[in-house]
Amino acid sequence: MSTKNININLKIWRQKNASSKGSMETYKLDNVSTASSFLEMLDQLNEQLINEKKEPVAFDHDCREGICGMCSLYINGRAHGPDTGITTCQLHMRMFNDGDTIYIEPWRSKAFPVIKDLVVDRSAFDRIQQAGGFVSVNTSGNTIDANSIPVPKDDADKAFEAAACIGCGACVATCKNGSAMLFVGAKVSQYALLPQGKVEATQRVLNMVRQMDEEGFGNCTNTGACEIECPKGISLENIARMNREYLKASLK
Amino acid sequence: MANSALLKSSIVKKYWMALTGLFLCLFLAGHLAGNLQLIFGTSQQFNEYALFMTTNPAVKLLSYLTYISIIFHAFDGIMLTIQNKKARPIGYAKTDGSSSSLASRNMAVLGTVILVFIATHMVNFWAKMHFDKNMPLVQKEIDNGMGGKQIQLVGTKDSQMPFMQLDQTGKLSKEFFEMIKAQTQGQYDLEVQDMTKIVNKKTGEVVFIGYKDLHKLTVDFFKDAKYGLYFTIGYVLAMLALAFHLWHGFQSAFQSLGVNNKFTPAIKFFGKAFAIIVPLLFAIIPVFLHLKK
Repeated sequence: MSTKNININLKIWRQKNASSKGSMETYKLDNVSTASSFLEMLDQLNEQLINEKKEPVAFDHDCREGICGMCSLYINGRAHGPDTGITTCQLHMRMFNDGDTIYIEPWRSKAFPVIKDLVVDRSAFDRIQQAGGFVSVNTSGNTIDANSIPVPKDDADKAFEAAACIGCGACVATCKNGSAMLFVGAKVSQYALLPQGKVEATQRVLNMVRQMDEEGFGNCTNTGACEIECPKGISLENIARMNREYLKASLK
Repeated sequence: MANSALLKSSIVKKYWMALTGLFLCLFLAGHLAGNLQLIFGTSQQFNEYALFMTTNPAVKLLSYLTYISIIFHAFDGIMLTIQNKKARPIGYAKTDGSSSSLASRNMAVLGTVILVFIATHMVNFWAKMHFDKNMPLVQKEIDNGMGGKQIQLVGTKDSQMPFMQLDQTGKLSKEFFEMIKAQTQGQYDLEVQDMTKIVNKKTGEVVFIGYKDLHKLTVDFFKDAKYGLYFTIGYVLAMLALAFHLWHGFQSAFQSLGVNNKFTPAIKFFGKAFAIIVPLLFAIIPVFLHLKK
């Protein structure tokens, strides 16, 4: 595919800080290479804004290779934009046409307050993890090697698939209810499937779900949008597993 | 721990939604089987069935479970919707619906339509069957042996008398009861109780039980010259909402209860078939009654 340059219109959410009221602003950006990534396009916009002595657009990014979970952005009504199985840093401008108007908004959730422009505070996820998303290990010098405990291949594969979650928050952003159940389902599943995780399984699921509810995330209504938009292909099976784990734990 | 979270936890709310929803699916199947007698059965069969459904103690227990399920399902649904709206105080300027189905995104709206339908449905049929003092009883026209016609009320199998004569206006009259009292030298002093029963005041025994004519009520409702067409259209539209609600709801209930395994494709297939077939059969009945000559 040959590269070309396109001219685009951008509608971007601008918000000075957490307490100010934001609004959608319109920008025109010319000569964007279709070979550039979406984040490079935003870099180009920011250069233009700096040259115009305007405040550049703040957005989250880090590894720019789809594994850190830092980039976000709700692009044209979809988390991580119009492609599947990718994060925003892996989205390229060849997905857009000359003259397109592109809407760029931050993740919208009560639990993910906007810090500035397109940057949201996702520390709610960290607090859910801290509530139970771990395995307690004895580190006093006689730690048992994890590989010495046999794990069925099928379980190991499923745990690995769940562990692929990078905590980007696309599931929350895309869910019409702002529910975090795909994230929590993946984190619960990744341990529930392994022998090392079974020890703390009861408290883990109860504590993580309680923290999730306290953070103000919505309730899951099984629309399945999260599974479609998840850049790491985390499946709804993980939510079902969390529901089973929660039932088991509640009855104990 | 478990008890304190019985209503508050987001996951427990899903369990309740799923359990009440699946119970209501069973109710729908049972209700449909009864309704289909309006097409495939006689009016007598339908009215006998209606009498059974309103008097049998086991059915009564099930009916209370159904009322509770409907109320809880609706209440839980409203609570979920309010919380879910609060979870996103500022909405998106642009949304794209391609990642979920229309039905799954509009369960609250569909549920509200169904709830309004249930309320009107209960006013039109359930309340009349239970509380309407003027609910017609099943009548039969017979030859009076003198070339004329006579109207009789049809009694149930438990009645001492298989039928009860009516006066010329088609009503149980005081005069008729006086006549029986005179003829039996006061042995039979009759009065009407609970709309359908005629009891001998002297002995307390029930001499006659009539059938409430739910068949006539239903047919008249959908054949009504003025409103019958609107009632029929309204019914069909409500069933359309039900179909969409079930399309998402049936398989969603299993996911909420943690069932997502090798049976899931079969559950999804069955749920979609259920979502089409059940509301369709429900909707055919009023159309059939409305168009029937």
